[in-house]
Amino acid sequence: MHLGIVLYFCTTNNIPMEHIPDAHIPAGPLEQKWTRHKASLKLVAPNNRPGMKVIIVGTGLAGASAAAALGEQGYNVSVFCISDSPRRAHSVAAQGGINAAKNYQNDNDSVERLFLDTLKGGDYRAREANVYRLAELSNFIIDHCVAQGVPFARDYGGYLANRSFGGAQVSRTFYARGQTGQQLLLGAYSSMNRQVARGTVKVFSRYEMMDLVVVDGEAKGIIVRNLVTGELERFAAHAVVLATGGYGNVYFLSTNAMNSNGSALMQCYRRGALFANPCFAQIHPTCIPVHGTHQAKLTLMSESLRNDGRIWVPKNREEAMKLRKKQIRPSEIPENARDYYLERRYPAFGNLVPRDVASRAAKERCDAGFGVSETGLAVYLDFSDAIKKQGYKVIYERYGNLFDMYEKITGENPVKEPMMIYPAMHYTMGGLWVDYNLMTTVRGLFAIGEANFSDHGANRLGASALMQGLADGYFILPYTLPDYLAGKIGEKDLEISHPAFDTTQKQVHERIMRLTGNRSTIPTDIYYKKLGTIMWEYVGMTRTASGLRKAMEQLDELKTDFAAGVCVPGSQYTLNQELEKALRIADFIDLARLMAFDALAREESCGGHFRSESQTSDGETLRNDRDFMYVAAWEYLGDDQKPVLHREELFFEFAQVVQRNYK
Amino acid sequence: MNFTLKIWKQADARSSGLFQTYRLNDITGDTSFTEMLDILNNILIEAGEEPVAFDHDCREGICGACSLYINGRPHGPDDRITTCQLYMRKFEDNAVIYIEPWRSKAFPVIKDLIVDRRAFDKILQAGGFISVNTGSAPEAHTHPVSKKQADLSMDAASCIGCGACVAACKNGSAMLFVASRVSALAHLPQGKTEACRRARAMVAKMDELGFGSCTNNGSCQAECPKGISIAHIARLNREFLYCKNPGPR
Repeated sequence: MHLGIVLYFCTTNNIPMEHIPDAHIPAGPLEQKWTRHKASLKLVAPNNRPGMKVIIVGTGLAGASAAAALGEQGYNVSVFCISDSPRRAHSVAAQGGINAAKNYQNDNDSVERLFLDTLKGGDYRAREANVYRLAELSNFIIDHCVAQGVPFARDYGGYLANRSFGGAQVSRTFYARGQTGQQLLLGAYSSMNRQVARGTVKVFSRYEMMDLVVVDGEAKGIIVRNLVTGELERFAAHAVVLATGGYGNVYFLSTNAMNSNGSALMQCYRRGALFANPCFAQIHPTCIPVHGTHQAKLTLMSESLRNDGRIWVPKNREEAMKLRKKQIRPSEIPENARDYYLERRYPAFGNLVPRDVASRAAKERCDAGFGVSETGLAVYLDFSDAIKKQGYKVIYERYGNLFDMYEKITGENPVKEPMMIYPAMHYTMGGLWVDYNLMTTVRGLFAIGEANFSDHGANRLGASALMQGLADGYFILPYTLPDYLAGKIGEKDLEISHPAFDTTQKQVHERIMRLTGNRSTIPTDIYYKKLGTIMWEYVGMTRTASGLRKAMEQLDELKTDFAAGVCVPGSQYTLNQELEKALRIADFIDLARLMAFDALAREESCGGHFRSESQTSDGETLRNDRDFMYVAAWEYLGDDQKPVLHREELFFEFAQVVQRNYK
Repeated sequence: MNFTLKIWKQADARSSGLFQTYRLNDITGDTSFTEMLDILNNILIEAGEEPVAFDHDCREGICGACSLYINGRPHGPDDRITTCQLYMRKFEDNAVIYIEPWRSKAFPVIKDLIVDRRAFDKILQAGGFISVNTGSAPEAHTHPVSKKQADLSMDAASCIGCGACVAACKNGSAMLFVASRVSALAHLPQGKTEACRRARAMVAKMDELGFGSCTNNGSCQAECPKGISIAHIARLNREFLYCKNPGPR
């Protein structure tokens, strides 16, 4: 199939109800799709590139790598980030690693196997062609990052080291101590800095996207708020790339950074971009349990700990009670009184089952009364066996910084007594719907990294987020974006005095005025915590039809209460962090409604989406491939109207679709 | 626990600032310093007052956003942590706590406790990279790197760019920051080609932006949340001097 310009026409109001978005998946054998597709993509000659303006919103792994790669080609790139420096994007917090199919361990890994593991990990709710391309590109990412000077861990021979991660039976994860995300981002940020020095990339720090400017169904620019002065500013371009990450913070307590938000996604959704699989959210099994009521966020303990840590709870409830009351210590419980429940239930993968499976198993044990910690909502992650077998030095070298971090937070030493962990909201697989070129249903608007929905299906495997962000930014967008821009050569970017900018800016201004106009004294956080409670309770790890309906009612109420009662002190024309937060929470409430809507419509369990009504006799997810083997892409019709569902059917030509089994 | 907070309030870069006093009661020791400020801010909003502006994001000590000068120490009275990893149990009950922004000519105050650290971006833009175009890298195993060199590079690269080193230094020097990047790349074979240009350009940019000189106090090392050693400054000096008189190393 030839894929020049995307031909179908769609703006906010005229996607026919039955219209199924065309993903533009190239024909041909799986392993040749990307190669053939690249050859068919149009190019922009070097002399034309400086005239083509590209806006990138977000400077995490996806945004920074895309900015670097497009800058290297000579495009005129403007990059926006909400932080004081692009380097602070939340990608820095990724601890464990990045997958690649190098097969350096000679354990029979391959592109095919990484493809199959990722597809199966996602419970067959992702596109084959996208996932295969991701696996294919994984090795180039490692090559490039090594050349950039990313200090990956090495063995004594000087070659790169690997560790294992959940959902795989090979060791394919590359890492840089517990700072893999930070080091990869430093690499991408440095490459972007090199382009800043060359003059191809301009960076706008402390700027937040407020809306997308669309003319005749095409993205033409953005309205941003200068977070220091509070002024609204206009930027026009030939294409807009969204790299704003995920929306896990909709749960209030999550492992996401405090400023991570879903507002840019919602702005684009309201301007006609379809939102795909919003309910697919990942709960990470190994986080430090909640304590107290003033906690603002949760801290992740890397999945890599499951390489050597063994997860257990006591076999009987009486001992669990004593542990909660601190009458006994976990190390006093003898081996035969411990239930290593993951090893018991999943002997083939043991402690390295995928995240959704490990999270649900922990919740099941705690709900059944075997949980430890004062709240009863925690299980043990124990390193004593590993230390006995491999020695303290080896284990400390591997996980020392995580042990230290745990001790700083909890005041307890995980070498003496096991860590306590519990699942927490971590990552969102859903995002803007994109075709094979990573373009949304608004022409000229692209979405990359966690902001799109494309590669992880209903559950993401560990160490795959970094891989996807960098594949999109370094190796996919720099090929597909020029194909779109090729059609724009000679076309000037929109004047920022164009009426479309006036109208959009006016709407943004009104949105801000509505929030700053209230004369109440209720801070945003009060509403935000309510939002988090509703989401965790009804749209969290276990979902039911009645719970989701209840969530939707409560969310509608919350929306009304928030609009009428939130207090935003201070002026909008200054640095105003409460205003920033209130604007984001307003969008989160709408996003939460969309998530509940999607979760209710998907009457099956798959990956991280667990509907109690759809489970096997032993409590595992039960998919319904006959009715739900599709991507749910939602169209916005108005604030007071129900979104419209568009189905993109998923076809599996190459992988054998099976019920996931990690036993 | 109860605290008296003396917090630096400043409307914007042009205004002059002052210490404002706040009382805060019933805080548990397990509350982090930034969570304590969240609590204070919500109380202020409920009382119809404007909250205190401070930078923060990941709240797990890796993004480098939080940047408070607490009782005369960057990131406060604990070692190898950022402000968000500081817990109130580290303070005495009824303590008086002074909270200020980073103080440095190169980091102007934007509002209250927030400073402008874009000078760090500028230093890195001057040369803190390896010039390799995407897609042109050789296979990752082409050049083995000894574990020792890779580990040293990683030690240096663990800098999170928070600026505590500058805030701690009586001269407001950014030497530890610059050294961490120069040293991280100098320990790797792929960083050697541009080593001279990198060290010179970054040092020149640091001087141009108004950071002070290094007088080997070591306060940067003492306050660095990632424990980066001033041995990396020695490495930077070696790289820099070598570039002036290139010869056999």
